[in-house]
Amino acid sequence: MALRFEVLGRFNRARAAQLTLPHFACQTPLFMPVGTQGTIKGLTTDQLEEIGCQIILGNTYHLALRPTSELIDELGGLHKFMNWPRALLTDSGGFQMVSLLHLADITEKGVTFQSPVDGKPMLLTPEESIQIQNRIGADIIMALDDVVRTTITGPRIEEAMYRTLRWVDRCIAAHKRPHEQNLFGIVQGGLDPVLRDICVRGLVDRNLPGYAIGGLAGGEDKDSFWRVVAQCTAALPEDKPRYVMGVGYPLDIVVCSALGADMYDCVYPTRTARFGTALVPEGVLKLKHNAMVNDTRPIDPTCACMVCKNYTRAYIHCLVTKDAMGSQLLSYHNLYYMLQLSRNLHSSIVEGRFPEFVCDFLQKMFPKGDVPEWVCNAMDVAGIDISSCCSS
Amino acid sequence: MKFAVKALSSGKARAGVVHLGSCPSSIETPCLLLSTRKGLPIFISPDLLSSLPSPDSNLLQFSPLHFSEGPSPKTISSIGGLHQMVGLHEYGFAAVARDSIQCLPECGSTNKTGASFETPCGRRLIKPVEYMEMITSMKPNLWATLADEVPAWANNKRNKTSVDRTVKWLDECIARSPAGGAVFGSIVGGSNIEERKRCAQEVAVRNVSGYWIGGFGLGESMEERPSLLNAVTDNLPKDWPRMICGLGLPEEVLQGVAAGVDLFDSAYIYHLTIGGFALTFPLDRTEKIDYNYQLSDQGSDRTKINLRATVYRKDATPIVEDCCCYTCQNHTKAYINHLLNVHEMLAQILLEIHNTHHYLGFFRSIREAIKEGCFEQFQKKFVQSRREHLAADVVSV
Repeated sequence: MALRFEVLGRFNRARAAQLTLPHFACQTPLFMPVGTQGTIKGLTTDQLEEIGCQIILGNTYHLALRPTSELIDELGGLHKFMNWPRALLTDSGGFQMVSLLHLADITEKGVTFQSPVDGKPMLLTPEESIQIQNRIGADIIMALDDVVRTTITGPRIEEAMYRTLRWVDRCIAAHKRPHEQNLFGIVQGGLDPVLRDICVRGLVDRNLPGYAIGGLAGGEDKDSFWRVVAQCTAALPEDKPRYVMGVGYPLDIVVCSALGADMYDCVYPTRTARFGTALVPEGVLKLKHNAMVNDTRPIDPTCACMVCKNYTRAYIHCLVTKDAMGSQLLSYHNLYYMLQLSRNLHSSIVEGRFPEFVCDFLQKMFPKGDVPEWVCNAMDVAGIDISSCCSS
Repeated sequence: MKFAVKALSSGKARAGVVHLGSCPSSIETPCLLLSTRKGLPIFISPDLLSSLPSPDSNLLQFSPLHFSEGPSPKTISSIGGLHQMVGLHEYGFAAVARDSIQCLPECGSTNKTGASFETPCGRRLIKPVEYMEMITSMKPNLWATLADEVPAWANNKRNKTSVDRTVKWLDECIARSPAGGAVFGSIVGGSNIEERKRCAQEVAVRNVSGYWIGGFGLGESMEERPSLLNAVTDNLPKDWPRMICGLGLPEEVLQGVAAGVDLFDSAYIYHLTIGGFALTFPLDRTEKIDYNYQLSDQGSDRTKINLRATVYRKDATPIVEDCCCYTCQNHTKAYINHLLNVHEMLAQILLEIHNTHHYLGFFRSIREAIKEGCFEQFQKKFVQSRREHLAADVVSV
């Protein structure tokens, strides 16, 4: 175990905590930008520190391909390679295998696939995934799981859940650096509460430093999504961090935090920036739209970031999708927005005003009071009264 | 705008000082104008700009044509001008219709009504009236009048027309000149000494604050350029600043300095950056030429390195050992090599920072040499050392 998790404040299931990792002491709830190939697209490490980024996620699959985990290890680990002084998390490589490679096949040994470099058959085993992540050197590493999309039904889900538990034992055995790197297990089981429960209990028995809720954020309906998160957060230990993988939209993060989750990652803020979309309290702002051509307001007048303090929508409009600078400035703003959201979640819980924060957030996003039903149901379970935001 | 010559070397090379209203400090010349796209550097975001040496890096160049698809002059005016729009209040902006990177003069389509340019939005014809409307709304610190630039191979008749037209447009632009903002009269003339002289003499008697020398970097050879430059500068008053477009390479800049030019734009940094190159040529003027230098493979020479080369995969050293730019202080060649291999934008950001920093250092060396009265030797030695490694290479084969 190479972390400390200390809860500093609560509101019902929601918690604000300090997560102390080898490279950085983080405050949760937190959002982790995705730095797929050892960089957040278009931003320097200085800028990331400036906007308050605490942990960056690196993709094991991509880094193992280029520049390879051996090279990263030889040069002193990923922190040193990219000169990032704060925390890093690497995923297991399993998800990219399955989502990026059409001919990937999962067996008990591991994930077999065709190398994208030379077409040779290759095998990613739990042992290999952990070895790669040991070489990369992130503060948190993820167990290789058998991930199945929630839109699939049938016996495959149960098979994947049990295999995930067997693989986590192999990951634990292969892990060479437990005092420097924290191995998180991932709860699978699709949308089936019975399977999810078995998986949670199995992982908790292994006494891991932290737990992730996987297999979501893949197209399932929102009602199923929040119920799985609620079930898992209720069953996972209080004193360890909970990471909902692949989430996501600001609204989803607020709901999951209300239900007791602590950590999130998603490509959405940076990816949507490259398509010209900015994140704002009301939802999104499409800077590409012709209506922006002569709009001299900032993207978000309530945002304190460098972009909103200096630039008009009109100027950003003329940059987006045409000039690299447009992507950079919008990525900067969108990440600032997500990190500010994280800070607001943490501070509102610590300062005892979490329900007010949630209501304010929902009122801005749904000024007509049309808060989606799944949010109302989730907040009900979370014990947060949002009746003031709902028209019905 | 205020300008003064402070020192001369080898007759015509001058070191001077230019002061622009928006910049808190004066800027020494000869100096480099940083290339921008729509007012911001191509890759370096505004909060990283301040990591470059100041005030050297405070002069930026843009083309009004960058905004041909919006925002409109009316919107730009309501925002308060270019400085306001791009959030760079303490920087100086120079507006020139031609930028050597993406707004290239298309003399075939230019006609008596306006100048034609190839831009990312297609071919654009811009008339003096429209040009001045943009200048007025953007409020740059200094701006060049609209010019008809022709390449070196244009025939005499076309060349002569370009001079007549450029002078005519100069008068039209001046007539619509906004208050504030220094007007630089444009001088063309292609590769014809007589036309160059004629144009310079015409513009010299106009009421302008400086001179913009156009039509270079459009096909003339290194050998013929000095006499063409001198044909212009010999006919201009000494006390006003001279700006030029299209002399990008270090050797070309030195030719311009030798002829008495003060302000330079350059596409060199951009082309190096997108090619994955980083400048490494020595800035220390006392360095001896090393004949034992081992040329490493794949596109590296003593002037720059190609960071895509596999030789840098594991190189954990900075691009230039004692360079104090953000890139060299924070990152290694190995990391940049990786970023280039995986096509990440951060590679270009880091390279543009280093290359700009390095090139600004080159301009500083030029100024020092002029102030010490040894510019001619500096130019000779610089050019010689850049050719020496090629000679050494030939000998070693």
